[in-house]
Amino acid sequence: MTYALETAERPETLRRVAIDPVSRVEGHGKVTILLDDASKVHQVRLHVVEFRGFERFIQGRPYWEVPVMVQRLCGICPVSHHLAASKAMDAIVGATRLTPTAEKVRRLMHYGQILQSHALHFFHLCSPDLLFGFASEAGRRNIVGVAQAHPETARRGVLLRRFGQEVIRVTAGKRIHGTGSVPGGVNKAVTPAEREELLKDIYAIVGWCRDAVRMVKELHGQDPALYNSFGVFRSNMMSLVGADGGLDFYDGRLRARDDTGKILFDGVDYRDYRRFIREEVKPWSYMKFPFLAELGAEKGWYKVGPLARVQNCDHIRTPLAEAERREFVDYAGGSPIHAPLAYHWTRMIEMLHAAETIKDLLHDDDILGDDLLASGERGREGIGVVEAPRGTLIHHYRVDDDDLVTLCNLIVSTTHNNQAMNEAIRHVAKRYLSGREITEGLLNHIEVAIRAFDPCLSCATHALGQMALEVSLVDAEGREVDRLARHGDGGVLRGGGA
Amino acid sequence: MKAPVAVFAIGNRSRGDDAAAPALLDRLQAWLASEGPRQDFELFEAYQLQPEDALDLAGRRVALFIDASRAVNAGVAFREEAPRAGLAATHALAPAALLDLYGKLGLGPPPPAFVMEIGASRFELGEGLSREAEAALERAWPLLCGLASAARPEAWRALAGGEGSQVPADRVAPVAAPRSPR
Repeated sequence: MTYALETAERPETLRRVAIDPVSRVEGHGKVTILLDDASKVHQVRLHVVEFRGFERFIQGRPYWEVPVMVQRLCGICPVSHHLAASKAMDAIVGATRLTPTAEKVRRLMHYGQILQSHALHFFHLCSPDLLFGFASEAGRRNIVGVAQAHPETARRGVLLRRFGQEVIRVTAGKRIHGTGSVPGGVNKAVTPAEREELLKDIYAIVGWCRDAVRMVKELHGQDPALYNSFGVFRSNMMSLVGADGGLDFYDGRLRARDDTGKILFDGVDYRDYRRFIREEVKPWSYMKFPFLAELGAEKGWYKVGPLARVQNCDHIRTPLAEAERREFVDYAGGSPIHAPLAYHWTRMIEMLHAAETIKDLLHDDDILGDDLLASGERGREGIGVVEAPRGTLIHHYRVDDDDLVTLCNLIVSTTHNNQAMNEAIRHVAKRYLSGREITEGLLNHIEVAIRAFDPCLSCATHALGQMALEVSLVDAEGREVDRLARHGDGGVLRGGGA
Repeated sequence: MKAPVAVFAIGNRSRGDDAAAPALLDRLQAWLASEGPRQDFELFEAYQLQPEDALDLAGRRVALFIDASRAVNAGVAFREEAPRAGLAATHALAPAALLDLYGKLGLGPPPPAFVMEIGASRFELGEGLSREAEAALERAWPLLCGLASAARPEAWRALAGGEGSQVPADRVAPVAAPRSPR
């Protein structure tokens, strides 16, 4: 199956522009654009070009190592992998129901993760584009540039992320790559002193999250034509929703809607994910292309993450975030919003919900309990699903009688959004690049579209990111005719070429 | 009450010589636990410096960043670091950029900060320390103990050199009194 602008008819006759690697995005992604002599866009692809083979080398490892090992997939949302693997391994140790302490400590860890990751995504990685402009000076488009021009915004972004990291440290033992969640539960609860420390800040954190939603709404209000149309395309949406239909990042059942908001399936036990989701492989990328089985590859691709979740759920349990959700839904008059830049609005609503939920959990004495582990009849297969910051995350394992993993299948958020990100950058390339001289600022429009979905391709690429950006313009004979290089310090150099 | 001295060890234990700073931090932690001024120090280990690490500088008397460096061949370099603009990157900040960010975040002037670079050459995944890095580590350890024994900016300035300049052995030896806990 191919889509418009996915594959050009005579690529050998076209000029090729490559964004390699995509910057302010973790993991090694590359965008290639094929242009004709009039600079009309004929082909645009987001490639994932490296492969680390995590699913393969997990095989043969003892199952209890896996919740810690899989965190190395990602430095931004390791907790999501930690918890998805833990949930899968709960089935291996027969823990069909966790103790209240274990469930709530895991939730606290996960909502801390959502908070820190959403803060990083919005303030550190995306706010420079939104505050300064997509084609603004490249060296300024970073968190230090934001701190220079908008110190209070940057300070809050940094403090919000740090608070989320502290919640993770308290529940997982470390800010990054902790070990708190284990098959069957957790290995530590929260101490009264740790709770008191977090409670000191949580009310300010909730307030700042409200302000962040306000800020992103103002950005939309200042330029609705841009925010409503940039890279826009229509698609299905999928996420977990809680048992009551509410937004839930830790557990629930799968729900999918079509582009009009009509429910395609609902209440699906995520252990049946293979009946509902298929994956397609394309030769030009190591990242697979998932689709909803009943609709097929052509019509079944979908998006996940904040924009899908906030519109897929019936309500949000916490009052401030629920009020913001209603306002967001009303903004489009009741029909689904598909604009990629609206991801940021919904991301901030989710961040507010995460802060409110952390506040509630901190007031719950169950997080101080000492009944940490559950167990039961030994299982051989486990499937764990959570809503990671960027979307639905599926971990699936089989374990043999020697406790060694024999199968590992991971479908990560980035992979679910693969076709969606490709669609977004094709729309952006067609709208902004076609017929124009390629500049770094124009190419950043492509990256803005990717970052709206995801600032991190590492779990899908399985490779470490690099900061530099180099764009080469190559003619049909393969000769380099122009080159733009952006270095790690933000400096841009033009040079090279024939 | 914050400890007056913050020590950041930057590196990935799984990547060859990048483990040098965390290894040195382990020694410091053990030494502080047994015979050093433990209450005066807070130790941090990070793969790379992030903007949030600026918050851990607040309220310190002095800060030390330890990192492996290709620029220092099998030796140790030690210098005072000043805030420097224009070094910002998204995934990792240099100590000078972190100090610059500290000021931009409205936290006031950053504390005096110093950088110790440990000579390193190999950073491959799954490798251990190279012989050169091991040797550099042995030279860094007495220097670090000396710094920890007199954790004041003026005392550290007396030992500091310029960027990339190695600390001569005769300047390290006099403060090498504490024995390695290894």
